Amino acid sequence: MLRFLFTVIRRDVLLAARRRGDWLTAQFFFVIVVSMFPLGIGPEPAMLRSIGPGVVWVAALLASLLSLDRLFADDYRDGSLEQAMLSPCPMALLTLGKAIAHWVINGIPLLLIAPLLGIQFNLPAAALWILVLSLAIGTPILSLLGSIGAALTLGLRGGGALVTLLIMPLYVPALIFGAGAVEGVLSGSGSEAHLSLLGAFLVLSLLLAPWVSAMALKVSVE
Amino acid sequence: MNLYHYASPSTFYPWAGKLIPWFAALALILAAAGLYIGFFVAPTDFQQGEGYRIIFIHVPAAWMSMFIYVVMAFWSAIGLAFNTRQSFVMARALAPTGAMFTFVALWTGALWGKPMWGAWWVWDARLTSELILLFLYVGVMALQAAIDDPRRADRAGALLNLVGVINVPVIYFSVKWWNTLHQGASVSLTRAPSMAQTMLWGMLIMALAAWMYTIAVTLVRARTLTLERERQSEWVRARLEGQP
Repeated sequence: MLRFLFTVIRRDVLLAARRRGDWLTAQFFFVIVVSMFPLGIGPEPAMLRSIGPGVVWVAALLASLLSLDRLFADDYRDGSLEQAMLSPCPMALLTLGKAIAHWVINGIPLLLIAPLLGIQFNLPAAALWILVLSLAIGTPILSLLGSIGAALTLGLRGGGALVTLLIMPLYVPALIFGAGAVEGVLSGSGSEAHLSLLGAFLVLSLLLAPWVSAMALKVSVE
Repeated sequence: MNLYHYASPSTFYPWAGKLIPWFAALALILAAAGLYIGFFVAPTDFQQGEGYRIIFIHVPAAWMSMFIYVVMAFWSAIGLAFNTRQSFVMARALAPTGAMFTFVALWTGALWGKPMWGAWWVWDARLTSELILLFLYVGVMALQAAIDDPRRADRAGALLNLVGVINVPVIYFSVKWWNTLHQGASVSLTRAPSMAQTMLWGMLIMALAAWMYTIAVTLVRARTLTLERERQSEWVRARLEGQP
């Protein structure tokens, strides 16, 4: 069972490593979206500091959505998804592996880029740490919930925009707690409560999301 | 009583047809009574003047918007568990009415907010979670509209619905805490329910009217959906040929 999980993760990460162009697009999308905000709002340091956490977090949501519609689509097109579904291992493991791989490919780079963007927004060092920590807890949620949306919209026209419509409302708690943790540091009220709640939301999605997206895949592929 | 008997489309169709006029009539009568109480019997509020009377539309709409989402999730769960087609039809028929009530609640809330708070919109916890509820309704309807195969559309929508209903409390509390953190109690919606007895009655009767309206409209929509889906079956042909 664990070997199956590792195989799924390893395969997806390898595929992404061979196609670096696709992979880098999402990361640069993240950087560009965040960099547009100061241009639109103005370079005032105090203002940038107060909107910084929210902007970085919203851009992270968008960047993770950008790559979501391809989560199952490529495998579906070449038939390997159906082969994987025929295997005796539970399908929830397949979707869990897919979500973890999505996080490794798209989530971890965001953690490395985010501090640099935070500096652009004039965030102090303590807030930068919490920003990375909140993204580290929060981006797996984005991949897990996103896998439900990707499974539901598999093979539909306009899948990308549809995923956004379905999944964005479900991301709201992650956004609130994640950006709230960083703002807690800035305002001095502390970030532990937000991070704990974010962790609880992660546990809840880890428990339910692979299972639901496995059911969604069954509905979509049958 | 055999519930599966009513779950069959050929029984459901005529049976729903018989019930619709009753619920529609009840909705009309209750709405007339509720509006009469609301506009003529209920006293003027000593703080808000006449403007508060929008409560008779606003509160029932807000109640129904949340209640219908839960009922949709109920039918979705039944449909997925027992594999009954008619349950999905019910869930699907409820969605537009739920979205409509959510929109009405937001709209009347804005109309009420302008004279009372001086703003069309504030990022209050209830307003925000109601807005997200509207997004959830739109998401379910968009997903079902994008899928051509009705069987897949039903199941995908039902799954999304169940995920949504698990998420609604999380969203509500996150928005609530977010709100208390961000802005002080400049706007307080949570006053003690110290309203006059007649106001409460007016509101409850209007809520009942909205409920009856929902049942009537949903059954009409469910009947249409049933007819569309069962168009190949014997009883639909017999019924259509029987009519002039």
